[in-house]
Amino acid sequence: MSSPTTADSPTDADILRIRADFPLLQTEVNGHPLVYLDSGATAQRPRQVLDAERGFLETLNSAVHRGAHTLAAEATEVFEDARATVARFIGADDDELVWTSNATEALNLIAYSISNASLGRGGAASERLRIGPGDEIVTTEMEHHANLIPWQELAARTGATLRIIPLDDDGALRLDEAPITERTRLVAVTHVSNVLGVINPVADVIAAARAVGALVVLDACQSAPHLPLDVRALDVDFAVLSGHKMLGPTGVGALYGRRALLEAMPPFLTGGSMITTVTTTEAEYLPPPQRFEAGTQRVSQAIALAAAVDYLGEVGMERIAAHEAALGRRLVDGLSAIDGVRVLGAGIDLPRVGLASIDIPGIHAHDVGQLLDDRGIAVRVGHHCAQPLHRRLGITASTRASTYLYSTTDEVDAFLDGVVATIEFFGARA
Amino acid sequence: MTSSELQSMYQELILDHSRTPHGFGLRDEVAAQSHQLNPTCGDEITLQVHRAADGTIEAIAWEGHGCAISQASASLFADLVEGMTVPEVQQRIDVFREALRSRGRIEPDEELLGDAAVLGSVSRYVARVKCAMLAWVAAEDALRKLD
Repeated sequence: MSSPTTADSPTDADILRIRADFPLLQTEVNGHPLVYLDSGATAQRPRQVLDAERGFLETLNSAVHRGAHTLAAEATEVFEDARATVARFIGADDDELVWTSNATEALNLIAYSISNASLGRGGAASERLRIGPGDEIVTTEMEHHANLIPWQELAARTGATLRIIPLDDDGALRLDEAPITERTRLVAVTHVSNVLGVINPVADVIAAARAVGALVVLDACQSAPHLPLDVRALDVDFAVLSGHKMLGPTGVGALYGRRALLEAMPPFLTGGSMITTVTTTEAEYLPPPQRFEAGTQRVSQAIALAAAVDYLGEVGMERIAAHEAALGRRLVDGLSAIDGVRVLGAGIDLPRVGLASIDIPGIHAHDVGQLLDDRGIAVRVGHHCAQPLHRRLGITASTRASTYLYSTTDEVDAFLDGVVATIEFFGARA
Repeated sequence: MTSSELQSMYQELILDHSRTPHGFGLRDEVAAQSHQLNPTCGDEITLQVHRAADGTIEAIAWEGHGCAISQASASLFADLVEGMTVPEVQQRIDVFREALRSRGRIEPDEELLGDAAVLGSVSRYVARVKCAMLAWVAAEDALRKLD
């Protein structure tokens, strides 16, 4: 391998050592060593994460935040330690991190809490969250459906209007046309596009939102795994994370919320474990984060997610970012050099993570994915839960390769070779 | 480099049909029609069943977009069922579905399916069975709407 290295980049030997921690990466697929380039959909997990989950289940498993026995007390402690670990990983305080099932639930939690506030729930404290006719919610044409549909529904429930930051012909956010005005109450934007791999100029969006007093929701699903993330430095009100995209398990995600906001918000899901006093007619709620964690929690998953961010922290997010920036450049440069390939967003002058999507006119993404799979290369094909973005670019589906800290330049090159072979296969038979 | 299974799925006949599909283009006249969508990939088809005065299938007309397999399958289906009665078409759909869902265990009946039997190679690729079935599911739905 001959990766372009900066002072921060891990060496090829470092990457091989990292790969040895990931059992699944040793797999063969269709007679070829697996080339896993679908980490943007779900990342593989290192032994350390698998061991942490299993270790908890074998030694401490019990109900947290209830019961007085020794195991329950110790389980509660490690569960809360896990919260602190993940909170610190993104620059938040311990009590500003709410466990959710996934990032989608985290976004819905915000949207439903706001609509509950708009119905008068949460009393005087939640007044600043209320929205209604005349108010506007802003998101972008680039978003994953999870950061679009909850806002469509919130607008429909409250009578507020949803406005969209449009994209230019390359797929970049047109901030000059951002409909952020005095009427804007909330702006939701993705940090890194899950289709284009570009790191959005979110500081500009956040500044525009701040200037009109709007809340800011950051979709950090594609940034937290790959870049150093500091929610305080970014000055966002909310951020959402997906555990399984950052070496953790499925079934766990997280919501970061500024403490004062979480304290003002009425609950979304209600039931056990989120209350102080309950009568047959009403209930009083715990302070955050427990207020938003009704029912049995995903305890072993949270502990495994903490092990995942510990693993990322040990490698170092700066080094991971440098490694993936190099892989991303190699991907985009290599793909751009192949005749007949359109790299989505190639013309956007922004930094990127290790992710690129392509359209090959005349060859459907499913067929591309099938040919690559035949060579043991795993990529994502389809609309990647971003139909409006694909529609804006004039296509319905694309083929996406996405890397992670364990990806190698050889794997990127195998993908590039596979794309060339795919074009030859369908072209030669034309 | 490409495996023989894959060569078989993308054999010449299938690629030919995907490039120059038969029956492509909807008609304005009233017909039993069905729109089907594969939400995982966004592949879409709108398919019309046009009948002759004697009730047999005069033509299948369709429009859509999708992978080579889904486009070829719609084209092969249009060729296959022209002139058939409605029960004959339904029988072909049933036989085709059974073969496609067999994970390669059941060879499609060439007597019944004609050229469309080449799509049997898709049944090894579980993730692609929906692609091959899309037009046939649309046809089944359209047939149900016939009086």
